[in-house]
Amino acid sequence: MIATPGSANPFFVNLDQIFILLRSWLVGFLPAGLQPAAGVLLGVIAIVCVFPGLFALTTVFERKGLGRIQNRIGPNRVGPYGLFQPIADGIKSLTKEDIVPLSANAAVHFLAPLALVVTVFMGFAVLPMGRNMVLVDMDSGLLFFFAMGAATELSVFMAGWSSRNKYSLLGAMRAVAQMISYEVVLLLSSVAVVMITGSLSLPKIVAAQNTYTGIFPHWYIFTPWGLAGFVMYAIAATAETNRSPFDLPEGESELVAGYHTEYSGFKFALFFLGEYLAMFSISGLGTTLFLGGWSAPLSFLQFIPSWIWFFGKVMMSIFVFIWMRGTLPRLRQDQLMNFAWKFVLPYTLLNLLVTALWRFMGEGWQRWVVCTIILAAAYIFMGRLGMRGEHFGRRSYRYAE
Amino acid sequence: MTPIFYLLAAVTLAGGLAAVLFKHLVHCALAVTVAFAGLALLFLQLDAQFAGFAQILVYIGAVAILIVFAILLTRGADLPKHGVFSGSWPLGLIIAAAVFAVIGWAVLASVSAIPQQNAVPSVSVHDIGMALVGRYVLPLEILALLLTAATIGAVIVAMHEKARPQ
Amino acid sequence: MTTPLAGYLLVAALLFAIGLGGALVRRNAILVLIGIELMLNAANLNLIAFWRYGPHPEALTGMIFAIFSIAVAAAEAAVGLGLVIAIYRHTNTAELDKIDRMKG
Repeated sequence: MIATPGSANPFFVNLDQIFILLRSWLVGFLPAGLQPAAGVLLGVIAIVCVFPGLFALTTVFERKGLGRIQNRIGPNRVGPYGLFQPIADGIKSLTKEDIVPLSANAAVHFLAPLALVVTVFMGFAVLPMGRNMVLVDMDSGLLFFFAMGAATELSVFMAGWSSRNKYSLLGAMRAVAQMISYEVVLLLSSVAVVMITGSLSLPKIVAAQNTYTGIFPHWYIFTPWGLAGFVMYAIAATAETNRSPFDLPEGESELVAGYHTEYSGFKFALFFLGEYLAMFSISGLGTTLFLGGWSAPLSFLQFIPSWIWFFGKVMMSIFVFIWMRGTLPRLRQDQLMNFAWKFVLPYTLLNLLVTALWRFMGEGWQRWVVCTIILAAAYIFMGRLGMRGEHFGRRSYRYAE
Repeated sequence: MTPIFYLLAAVTLAGGLAAVLFKHLVHCALAVTVAFAGLALLFLQLDAQFAGFAQILVYIGAVAILIVFAILLTRGADLPKHGVFSGSWPLGLIIAAAVFAVIGWAVLASVSAIPQQNAVPSVSVHDIGMALVGRYVLPLEILALLLTAATIGAVIVAMHEKARPQ
Repeated sequence: MTTPLAGYLLVAALLFAIGLGGALVRRNAILVLIGIELMLNAANLNLIAFWRYGPHPEALTGMIFAIFSIAVAAAEAAVGLGLVIAIYRHTNTAELDKIDRMKG
């Protein structure tokens, strides 16, 4: 499905499609039989080069950003403003000794970071990164993405269990419990988008948001159910990727390093890479579902290439992740799970009902008013209800059996 | 038979065999995950994309993790003293072999009646959705009820008992 | 050359036999459940293979049946494993040879 170009100017159309044109030019050198496979291979190579590059940039971004939030400078020795820090980090992690504990299960210990990185990379195959720039346009693309996300949970468990370390195992169990709980919320908030669009295919979801009334786009975040869904999705995404304030499984002050305590050198770098890639991938999905993917925010800005908008929105989401990490305190495990099952999940189910109401009320101002009132009232009511049970009485102790 | 089919079948069967033969329970759980993954790929080979991805999402993403949690909560990591196979294991083996022999004979004897392969069916998610709320709406609603009952039941069964006042 | 249906059916039959053998031969209750899951998966493979090679694949019967089967198997695994955990809490063992009394 070829999307229509945003502007009429052929220079900007070519700039928008520059990677597609580059790919077809490179593939044109090969015989016709090999061309489809070569095209896909080039796309894979592009993804494998671009996203780890962005990962390197993000590590510096994060450390500098956190430093500034904490009133310090952050790394500034390697290169101008510390920008070459990832190179130093990379060399360090490649040359560090790879220590495997003696009683660890060597095969599983080796496979865990591999399984994580492979499944996280697979998720990028269905994200539409620009007009016509999706690697595989699957009919059930969203389901494929969530299937790959579900498979990462097992690799977290493998890492924690194979290390034969109580801290690792505890961290892994907590991480898996947290990931399972918030996975349900992630899925349900995406179902609202699927209901309105009528398709599981991500390029179609973006195309449905790429229409404009006047100068304003039809992004789903600008609707009441879309805003509520996006907030729930953002909370679930933060918890899925074990980012602060949900980072108890890898909390440095509680569990040493959680499930990747016993990993050193390159394997630890792979876990680090996997975590950041998961952040990119889930931000990419969030922008595709709610923020309009590669579409421009105002209709006269469509001349700017679509891939710039996509990556810009993803980097904005990463900035919000870093901001939250520097600002919010960590949630305790039971607070986290309570939050998931007693507030976020019921609210997401309500959002699903409100989405159905939106769809069936038809066009007009009535549906805006009704949906906004229902969602706001539910939020206030459930928030008040959640706070009511908080009484701080005598501390009770429960001992491990 | 295509080489891909042989590879996937070998992976699936090896995973299944490893799952029932390994001594350490967590290894069995990981091996059965490999078997689930092999089956998902076989579904994809049979042009059933939705079923394949649902298999990965549900089995690997939920059932395998459930099995692993149960193993850890029941201290399955400690090996039992008397060995992992029960006393009557030859009988079990014979029964399993007999079942395979019967089914295998039935399949091979009816080879001539098995239909040839059709063209690739164009099944879209839209068709599955329409079928689920159209023709199969009653099983869907019953399934929803069943899943609700199973969720509530599992929580109640596995909950810690409240200390009874003596 | 395409794979004949008999290939898929034989793989499913073998997987079913492996699952059945595992459920009958092992001591631990969780492995019996793993065997049951393998048997259910083998049946799903049969369903999808017959859907693909059958006369009316556009009717989607086999695929929907397999999807329902996956959902029911997940629910049954949850309840079964909950039961195993509850029994472990009560009798402090998960081996089926030792759980042979109805009296608590």
